[in-house]
Amino acid sequence: MSSNAEPVSTDLPKASGPVRVFFSRLLREKPVGAAAALVFLLFVFCGVFADLLAPYGFNEISMLERLKAPTFKHLFGTDNLGRDMFSRCLYGAQLSVIIGLSAAALATIISVVIGTLTGYLGGRFDMVVQRIVDAYMSFPELVILIAVVSVVGPGMLQIIGVLSLVLGIGGSRIIRSAVISARENMYVHAAQSIGSSTSRVLWRHLLPNIMPPIIVLFTTRVGAVILIESGLSFLGLGVPPPAPTWGGLLSGSGRTYMFQGPWLALAPGLCLTAVVYATNVFGDALRDLLDPRMRGSK
Amino acid sequence: MGAYVLRRLLALIPTLLIASLIVFVTIRMIPGDVIDLMLSQNDIGADKRSREQLVHALGLDRSMPEQYLRWVGSILQGDLGSSLWHSTPVLQEVLDRLPVTFELGAMALAIGLLIALPIGVYSAMRQDTPGDLAARSFAILLLAVPSFWMGTMVMVFPSIWWGWSPEVNYVKFSDDPWQNLKQMIVPALVLGTSLSAVTMRMTRTMMLEVLRQDYIRTAWAKGLREGVVVMRHAVRNALIPVVTLIGLQAPLLIGGAVIIEQIFVLPGMGLMMLEAVNQRDYPVITGVFLVVGIAVMLINLVVDLSYGLLDPRVRHQ
Repeated sequence: MSSNAEPVSTDLPKASGPVRVFFSRLLREKPVGAAAALVFLLFVFCGVFADLLAPYGFNEISMLERLKAPTFKHLFGTDNLGRDMFSRCLYGAQLSVIIGLSAAALATIISVVIGTLTGYLGGRFDMVVQRIVDAYMSFPELVILIAVVSVVGPGMLQIIGVLSLVLGIGGSRIIRSAVISARENMYVHAAQSIGSSTSRVLWRHLLPNIMPPIIVLFTTRVGAVILIESGLSFLGLGVPPPAPTWGGLLSGSGRTYMFQGPWLALAPGLCLTAVVYATNVFGDALRDLLDPRMRGSK
Repeated sequence: MGAYVLRRLLALIPTLLIASLIVFVTIRMIPGDVIDLMLSQNDIGADKRSREQLVHALGLDRSMPEQYLRWVGSILQGDLGSSLWHSTPVLQEVLDRLPVTFELGAMALAIGLLIALPIGVYSAMRQDTPGDLAARSFAILLLAVPSFWMGTMVMVFPSIWWGWSPEVNYVKFSDDPWQNLKQMIVPALVLGTSLSAVTMRMTRTMMLEVLRQDYIRTAWAKGLREGVVVMRHAVRNALIPVVTLIGLQAPLLIGGAVIIEQIFVLPGMGLMMLEAVNQRDYPVITGVFLVVGIAVMLINLVVDLSYGLLDPRVRHQ
């Protein structure tokens, strides 16, 4: 019997990989962050399975049920064309998931490329790029986006491209400072002294060691992207109707009817706030767990 | 101080040049044919102007470097071009609209600070108490509430409950100061509240840092009252980084103003840009874009210079 117990005890350390350790720490040390992560996962789930979850189509018009207050049949009520607001919010989540995740991922990649190259190479190259980033950061993101949309026209791909570029350039500063402090580590000097190529040092030694700020940057970017995209859609410069973006639901024809059906103003805003709130809280918890140096900072 | 100001002003020149390049590249070089877009939308009276005329009016018939140099040259002479619709000089219109955005921004900033500073200071003084927790949760919540939703709710609910709605016919401050302030206070409240979250978090962090310093312990040891320790010794030192934050918030403030001006129909720069985008009035879009960038840079310059006034150590460097 005792011989049976042994393999069990050797299995234990194997099971607790870094991911598992992370989740148990998240639950233990940051219960609020874990709850936020759950809300975020729920949002992604709703977005991915919107087609299955939505009781009605997002553009399904029913003139008999115009401007109905929330009931069990229509959880979030109906709009001026009798369209079910709950379904429209679910499809809105789908658009937010697509735009939020892809633009945040692209933005993070752009930040990492600019940040590692300028931070590692330094010198005149860094100086020139930093002056451009400086100038770029004096323009409000929304104003750059409005200007670009005026040229390329509104649409989902345009929004993803421009948002990732604008946020990517801004975020490169965070990665750059992480690289600058990481490049002075002994293992980097060791790799350089045995003659490793620049790309090898960057890829094998630096990048794995600045993963924490990269992950945190990505998480906070998801919330930022969703917020800015909804702002653009609110101004009528985002994803064009009939696509039901959360920002779009709060603007356009819906606005005229909000005085008769105030639930039209509530549902999309609540969805938006809940998701951005959850992303921010989860991002904060991630930062505290992964990157103790950044604790307590903005 | 004089030499310092001069140095800072000189350092602004390359940044301004890069900014002008960014504006130029964004509007002129992004794939997407501006002319096609204008003609397909049937605006700018497509019947009145042919493709060639539009190309000429926008200066697109010249080479890129020539376009850029001509554009920068005319800006240096104070000419931002003129609107394609109502051939008024863009600079003239920008100057008419600037005070509205400036007033909104300044009021929002003041309101944001009035909300953020006391809560931030309190939060740091009572670290990890329920009060601190509540204040911090409130700040994160504010970060998540989009200002356009807050603005929408301010338009909708008071109107339903009390039959009150914000005035939408803009009155100039010079015409009727009281009416103007009454009109601006609600939009400024919405913008200021959404901005206060970041300041609140920053104030708390800075206060916590300062409260751990030796001179604070000395102040306590001298037996000073809490009010004196906090106000005279801690807050004054904690505020310096918060002032920088105001500079960093300038883009947020102007970006937010675009949305707020649209909701409350305030004829500022933001609304001007949105109207221009809807009419595809490129000289106006370019002009506002550039002016916004320059404004943010100047605000940051002023913030940096005010550092010297707040912190004697900077002044004597």
